[in-house]
Amino acid sequence: MSTFTLIDETRPVTVDATVRPDGVRLAPAAVERALGWTLKPEGLCRGPLCIPARGIVDADGVDLAGLAHTLGRPLALDADAGAAALGASAAERSAQLESLEAPDFTLPDVHGTPHTLSQYRGRKVFLLAYASW
Amino acid sequence: MSPHGLVVLTVALDRSAGDARPWIEAAGATHPSLIDTDHVVADRYRIINVPTSVWIDEVGRIVRPNDAAFGSDQFVDMTGVPSGPHLEALRAWATTGRLPFDASEVRRRQVLPTPEEQLARTEFALAWHLHRAGDTEAAERHFIRAGELAPHDFTIRRGSMPIRGLDPMGPDFAPMFMEWIEAGRPYYGPRK
Repeated sequence: MSTFTLIDETRPVTVDATVRPDGVRLAPAAVERALGWTLKPEGLCRGPLCIPARGIVDADGVDLAGLAHTLGRPLALDADAGAAALGASAAERSAQLESLEAPDFTLPDVHGTPHTLSQYRGRKVFLLAYASW
Repeated sequence: MSPHGLVVLTVALDRSAGDARPWIEAAGATHPSLIDTDHVVADRYRIINVPTSVWIDEVGRIVRPNDAAFGSDQFVDMTGVPSGPHLEALRAWATTGRLPFDASEVRRRQVLPTPEEQLARTEFALAWHLHRAGDTEAAERHFIRAGELAPHDFTIRRGSMPIRGLDPMGPDFAPMFMEWIEAGRPYYGPRK
C-alpha cells in the first residue's frame, strides 16, 4: 500500500493504492471516497445506476485501468510517480455540447473573486478564451 | 457594447494570474477577467486554440459556437482570419439580437471532441499536477504524450511551454506552427 494521488478531472484526492507490475489497485472505499462509485454485488453503483464490474476486482482492490474502462473515462497513469488522472469522456463532453446548453463553470477573476457562467442568465454573454502564449 | 446588455467574460488559459495580468491591464478591463489554470473551459467547450469566442444567450444556450475571434487584423497574415466580419456580427447581435446561425447550423459548425483529444487533456492534467508537485521529469513525459495525442491542440502543445520552461514565441514553436499551416490552419468549423 502506498500513497497515491487520483485526479478526478481537476480535483486531486489522496488515496491508498497497491502498485503492482500489472497495474494499480485501489481499495473499494477509496473509489467511493474519491469518485462517488460504490462497489456492490451488482457492480459499480452511483445513485440508481449500476455498471457491471466483472474482472476488475481482486483481493488488492479495484484495478484502476479496469475502473476507467468500465466508467468510459480516459485515464492517464504514472504508477512510478504515484499519480493518475481520470478525465471526462468524449461522449459526455459531446452530449453536453450537442444539447447547445452552454456548459457551466466557476472560475476566479484576477482578484480571486469566483464567477459562475450561469450567474449571467438574463444577459447575452460573449465568452472569449485567450492566453499569454 | 455593454450598454446594450452584452457581458464580456474573458478566460485566460494560463498557468497563473500573473501570466495573464498584462493582457487584463492592457484591456483596461471592466469586464470579468477569469483565470483558468486547469483549462476547465477548454475541456468543457473543446477549445483547442486562442483566441476562441463562444456566444451564449440569455437563457444559457450556445448561439454561436467556437470561432477564432480577433480584435484586430494585426496577425491576419499568420492566422488567415480577418477581424471585421465577427466584430460586425457581434455588434449586430448585441444591438438587435440578430444571430448569424440557427440551431442546426450551430450544431453543424461545432467540432466535438474525440477520445484522443480527451485523453490528451487527461495527460495534460496529470502532467500539470506532477509539475506542481515538483516531479518535473515525470511531468515532461506526460506533457509530451498529451501533445502527441492532440497535435493540433495549441492549448496543450503551446500552453504547456511556459510551464516546461520553453518560450512559446521562440524556436520551439516554429515547427508546431509550420505543421499547423501545412494542415490548413485548422481552427474550428465543420469537420471536412
